[in-house]
Amino acid sequence: MLDTVSAWLAGILDIDLLRTYGWRLIEGLKVTLQIVGISSSLGFLLAYPICRARMSRHAVLVNAALGYITFFRGTPLLCQLYLVYYGAGEIRAALTSIGLWTLFREAYFCCVLTFTLNTAAYQAEIMRGAIASVAKVQIEAATALGLRRYRIERHIIWPQALLVALRPLGNELIGLIKASALAAIVTLLDLMGQTRFVFARTFDFSVYLYAAVMYLMLTEAIRRVWDRLERSLGRHLRPS
Amino acid sequence: MWKLLRHDGRAEVSWFSLLFGPDGWGGLLLEGAVVTILLAVITVPFGFAGGLAVAVMKLSGRRPVRALCEAYTTFFRGIPDLLSLFIVYFGLQALIDRIGGALSPGVHLQLNAFAAGVIALSIIVSAYSSEVWISALQAVPRGQREAARALGLSPRVTFAVVILPQMLRIALPGLGNIWMVLLKDTSLISTLAAMDLLRAASEASRNTTRPLLFYGAAAAVYLAISIVSGIVQAGMERRLDRGHA
Repeated sequence: MLDTVSAWLAGILDIDLLRTYGWRLIEGLKVTLQIVGISSSLGFLLAYPICRARMSRHAVLVNAALGYITFFRGTPLLCQLYLVYYGAGEIRAALTSIGLWTLFREAYFCCVLTFTLNTAAYQAEIMRGAIASVAKVQIEAATALGLRRYRIERHIIWPQALLVALRPLGNELIGLIKASALAAIVTLLDLMGQTRFVFARTFDFSVYLYAAVMYLMLTEAIRRVWDRLERSLGRHLRPS
Repeated sequence: MWKLLRHDGRAEVSWFSLLFGPDGWGGLLLEGAVVTILLAVITVPFGFAGGLAVAVMKLSGRRPVRALCEAYTTFFRGIPDLLSLFIVYFGLQALIDRIGGALSPGVHLQLNAFAAGVIALSIIVSAYSSEVWISALQAVPRGQREAARALGLSPRVTFAVVILPQMLRIALPGLGNIWMVLLKDTSLISTLAAMDLLRAASEASRNTTRPLLFYGAAAAVYLAISIVSGIVQAGMERRLDRGHA
């Protein structure tokens, strides 16, 4: 039984391939982790003001935030990436004159920028839902107790909202990891890019399966960490 | 007509005539938009029905069947959609080559990018939608099934007339989200040489060196489709919600 399984596996999975090109996949994984790490944290920081604008009482702010969110959630990420990456080339002269061309020239920067803007739109909606889920009476009670705006945010709203936002934020992080594979299309050598590189050299299909396994391990690891995080942060909610 | 000189010395053509003029690229973009919508619309019945089948098997199948379904959804939900697309595309191509090579050596069949796209997207959408179907299946109270059985309805009629309408109401928001994901995922097919909306925009911008204009136009079309989908979805939800205050 075990022999047939391993023979079958050896048939589709080429171990020599991993010996020769394994380091490429590891290098690619590092780039993927970097891009996702940078853009998800920057996106988180950017999402907060967008979420605040979306929830504010000023029509201009609300509409600006709504337009931003609708655009980035309603169009394909690949289209946004092309818009930034190839669009920057079109306004090269203008970018050079303000000294930004050296940044936009790099596919790496374009990817991080696009992913940041994109994930910020999704994270802003998650935050809005979480903040709106905090019961209004609590804020009224806190106001009645004479707490300042910042105190209410910091000690009443955020701790409760964070717990609600935790799961969707984790899903968004996993979504961003999956979406980051698009970086390969604009020549970046992330995990997907290295995979395509190896495939172009060897025409060995199994490299795609190796990449799939690496992505799976990554997303599964995050899912588990998030489960644990949720359990430990929400332990006061469970009946012991 | 406006004629400005660009930094490379070529005459600037107005965006309007680039899109809608006699030699404009609007026609190609329109064809691309039709391909994009067709891709999504053709994928929906396969993807959603496949997801429902997987959900039913996960809930009531034997253990190996359940494990297999679980592995399938974990795999395709855990890897990038672009990678799923490549795996299905190159996997199918290898399969075709092997079968074709055995049947008639020397003949090379090239997998059609559109067909491969529909298959790959159906597989992805099945994996995504099975979760939605499962929670919808579980949300219909057991008493409904038992009552239908007591009335003498066959399992098939019970499912079609009693269970499915109640499920749809619960599943619709989730399925709507997946439709949006699908709509945006069709753009991945542009990497396989299928002339969808995004590929048409790439083609136009390569020939005119105006990527901002054409990718912007493509984004506007995607946005319009998304907004219309949102409106349709809200209407369907209202209709299915009638009778449920």
